Amino acid sequence: MISPANYVALAAILFVIGGVGVLVRRNALVVFMCVELMLNAVNLAFIAFARLHGDLNGQVIAFFVMVVAAAEVVVGLAILTSIFRARKSASVDDANLLKY
Amino acid sequence: MAHSIVLAGSAASNTEVVAWWVMAIVAVAAALGMVLTRLAVYCAVLLAVIMLILAGMYAMQGAPFLAFVQVIVYTGAVLMLFLFVMMIVGITSSDSLIEVIRGQRLFAALAGIGMLVLLILVVGHATIGRAAPTTALNSSQNVPGLARLIFTTYVFPFEVTSALLITAALGAMVLAHRERTSPRPTQRMLSRRRIASGRPTPLPGPGTYAQHNAVDMPALLPDGTQSRLSVSSVLASRAAEAGAATRPSIGGGVDVGEGTEQAGREQAGREQAGREQVGREQAGREQAGSEEANGHGHGQGEEQR
Repeated sequence: MISPANYVALAAILFVIGGVGVLVRRNALVVFMCVELMLNAVNLAFIAFARLHGDLNGQVIAFFVMVVAAAEVVVGLAILTSIFRARKSASVDDANLLKY
Repeated sequence: MAHSIVLAGSAASNTEVVAWWVMAIVAVAAALGMVLTRLAVYCAVLLAVIMLILAGMYAMQGAPFLAFVQVIVYTGAVLMLFLFVMMIVGITSSDSLIEVIRGQRLFAALAGIGMLVLLILVVGHATIGRAAPTTALNSSQNVPGLARLIFTTYVFPFEVTSALLITAALGAMVLAHRERTSPRPTQRMLSRRRIASGRPTPLPGPGTYAQHNAVDMPALLPDGTQSRLSVSSVLASRAAEAGAATRPSIGGGVDVGEGTEQAGREQAGREQAGREQVGREQAGREQAGSEEANGHGHGQGEEQR
């Protein structure tokens, strides 16, 4: 049987890959996807710990994370489409007007 | 990580171990591919792979409800939303390779490696014990158990979640709503514009008298020349991007002199009374197209004029 430590290690690896993606990628859509990957990795850790403790609290937290992630994606993608409509670009480098 | 594998004796556990390693390796490879591939569509597909694998892992860990929620909400709803937005933003949207901040990729990679080392050290040093024995809470009583927790201990966060979801839906509607800045053209204005454009008739349909009736096949005029106006400008520009060589020989078999893109373009120009008229034609079409969010198909631009 797979130890929860393996799951947590996998979650850490996926989380780091997602974080690097957020830092490296310039396309806002892909940045969002990397954020989703990080959230999923955290969910995996939550469920692994729920399994470790033998109760369902971790699963409930993971469920709430999923709900928040869904809301975040909806609003984020709406912002993205409105930015794209105004600037004809989905690159995070082009949305720099607030800089000045 | 290898030291933490606990190999149990039974065959069922062995298959679980093998399945876990296969899934883990595929998930990490897909995640790396997601960060490294340039095209956003490939990222979405690889993310779907990761999410499905995670759903399988939830199921392996005695969370069947969350496994199904993962499939339905993430791969079903969230990723479809991503793909919809990708259709708006452009399916070929990819990253530029120009680094705006110098050395950003290097520092991001270093930070990632540092964080990975840190996290793995933490996981390695923590005493993460063995999993609790599987109970009914991990199988048949999973959904009732979750429901009991959500509606007793976590009932307040649950209600707050509903407020969050409503706010998100409203916010999305407000953000995605587009104010019409110019008055909606009336039928009179549309018909005036149509007559003034110099071409009161609809544009020729693609594929008429040509070898195939595909949408990218220019119609043939009575003298055998191709009508460039019969093909949507979006398709033409896409074909030019892909390279004229990949395009099938247009109108081959019918008595057409030249099959190349350039020649077809020149002939299309000749087909109109003059160059200027073609220019006006294109401008009119672009104007009609720009009223919608994006370049639309041929037929819709036609209707609008």
